Amino acid sequence: MSTVAETQIKLTPEHDARPGASVRSRLQDLLPKIVLAPSFAATIVFVYGFILWTIYLSFTNSKTFPSYAITGARAYQRLWRWTFESDPPSSWYTSITNMGIFGFLYILICLALGLFLAILLDQKIRGEGVLRPIYLYPMALSFIVTGVAWKWFLDPGLGLEQTLHQWGWTSFHFDWIKNKDFVIYTVVIAGVWQASGFIMAMFLAGLRGIDGEIMKAAQIDGASTFQLYRRIVIPLLRPVFLSAFIVLAHLAIKSYDLVVALTSGGPGGSAWLPSNFMYEFTFKRNEMAVGSASAVIMLMTITAIIVPYLYSELREKSR
Amino acid sequence: MSAVTSPARQASSGMSARTINRIVIYGLLALFAIFYLMPLFVMLVTSFKTMDEIQNGNMLALPHAPTFAPWIKAWSEVCSGLTCVGMKGYFWNSIKMVVPAVLISTLLGALNGYVLTKWRFRGHTLVFAMMLFACFIPFQSVLLPMATILGSLGRFGVTLQNATGFNFGFGNSTVNLVFVHVVYGLGFTTLFFRNYYEAFPTELIKAAQVDGASFFQIFRRIMLPNSLPIIVVTVIYQFTNIWNDFLFASAYAGSGDVMPMTVALNNVVNTSTGVVEYNVNMAAAMIAALPTLIVYVVAGRYFVRGLMAGAVKG
Repeated sequence: MSTVAETQIKLTPEHDARPGASVRSRLQDLLPKIVLAPSFAATIVFVYGFILWTIYLSFTNSKTFPSYAITGARAYQRLWRWTFESDPPSSWYTSITNMGIFGFLYILICLALGLFLAILLDQKIRGEGVLRPIYLYPMALSFIVTGVAWKWFLDPGLGLEQTLHQWGWTSFHFDWIKNKDFVIYTVVIAGVWQASGFIMAMFLAGLRGIDGEIMKAAQIDGASTFQLYRRIVIPLLRPVFLSAFIVLAHLAIKSYDLVVALTSGGPGGSAWLPSNFMYEFTFKRNEMAVGSASAVIMLMTITAIIVPYLYSELREKSR
Repeated sequence: MSAVTSPARQASSGMSARTINRIVIYGLLALFAIFYLMPLFVMLVTSFKTMDEIQNGNMLALPHAPTFAPWIKAWSEVCSGLTCVGMKGYFWNSIKMVVPAVLISTLLGALNGYVLTKWRFRGHTLVFAMMLFACFIPFQSVLLPMATILGSLGRFGVTLQNATGFNFGFGNSTVNLVFVHVVYGLGFTTLFFRNYYEAFPTELIKAAQVDGASFFQIFRRIMLPNSLPIIVVTVIYQFTNIWNDFLFASAYAGSGDVMPMTVALNNVVNTSTGVVEYNVNMAAAMIAALPTLIVYVVAGRYFVRGLMAGAVKG
């Protein structure tokens, strides 16, 4: 699709004939690039340049203000020394442990629940048009609203616990949101509530794209419904699993707002994720280099997941 | 499952098994519908209750005497920290930030998509890949440099203010946030338009070129009139994302009367002076949620398309 090249060839005679027109037509040829340039330049400077800046800062001794003398990998050493050698566990240790718990459960439950709901909805259900938007609407809310709503819902004094007590189940006890060992699981609950409907929609679109003939053939061979899904449908959904995994992994690593709104960081920062750690250390605890180091680690984690995926997607498209 | 069960199985297991099957499926679906609706329902009913009823009543009960007082208080009186002026100012802050940011990023995305599909040059895939990757970075990795730059621009604005009596938008939080959201939203808007224009017939463009139409004429007369669906998708996606943003808002407009809605809501809920008025908090949360909820109800189809397009890249 070399439209530009063709235009040039077409205009060649004019180039030679009139110098004024040649400047104009050359401008016309450059125009697409001129239009794209500001966006590309902004990306180079404000994304890649800033990333390099952050990486640079992580190798300095910056505290409250940036300092530009390189002092080596001290910030990283401090992070990891805190992780493995400090007792009681440091907030970076808490953050990455929470990331592991939250990331694993959030991705797993969203995938399982999304697939389950999609399969249920795919059984020629009446009222699918009503149910689907109900499952999906949380995705339109901000994490802050989700956090506020669940904070209230899970509040031991006024929320679910009190409601069940009033209904007669007086031994019911649920204070995870105030418990430093369990607060991260409330983040999982709210996160799953928000994203699983969207994962359901992805799987549903995948199910609708499966060729009906394959299903019919399997049925004629006497496969039960369960076998049909396990052996044929779910393997066919592999690309959807991959996309959904990428979406969820990247949402999980970026999660920040939900922890703030739902738990305010939890008792003693026990609900922190690396994103919260970065924000607190950079802007509140005047440990700019350490904050930058944690941001670099987050970026590297996402890059390791995204780049192979984008590479394969773009290559597939251009083939 | 009814549709896919073979006739032989149906005959052997009879109608009753099929009916039970359906009841189980509908039961499960209803149960999950309740799970998804519950927090919104609780938020809504709580926002219409009096504090008395909240403390003594049941969370799930409908309000005995519905009152609009919490909504009115949330809109015009509620305290965020020590200032008690309600959410209305922050609501307008968000509007003033969202509208220009959405318009600019959508227009730029359309132009970029147009160039990247119909005016390709060497290296166009690399340019696109670099812009696409920018969608995924954790914004923590650019947060601090941007804060430094915005700080310098703010000081420049003060200098301008002193010299000319007008700061030309330098140092203005709303302008800053518009800028930030445009820059970090470009990847997505470009992605949307690029994928849409990819399928747009190139012959039409060539024909227009032969007729002497210029770059911008083709964009205005041919591309834009045929882009309505993707414009709607992009506008909704950007609107939802920018309205709901918290990280940039709290880093660059985190206090005072310049806060956008999400930051203000978080501050209201965490303001610990005096009795916590849950009904007012819930009303404030509803006010913050309503714009995106309304968009979702009105144009849910396009919202989902945007999410999907943002999920299945390339």
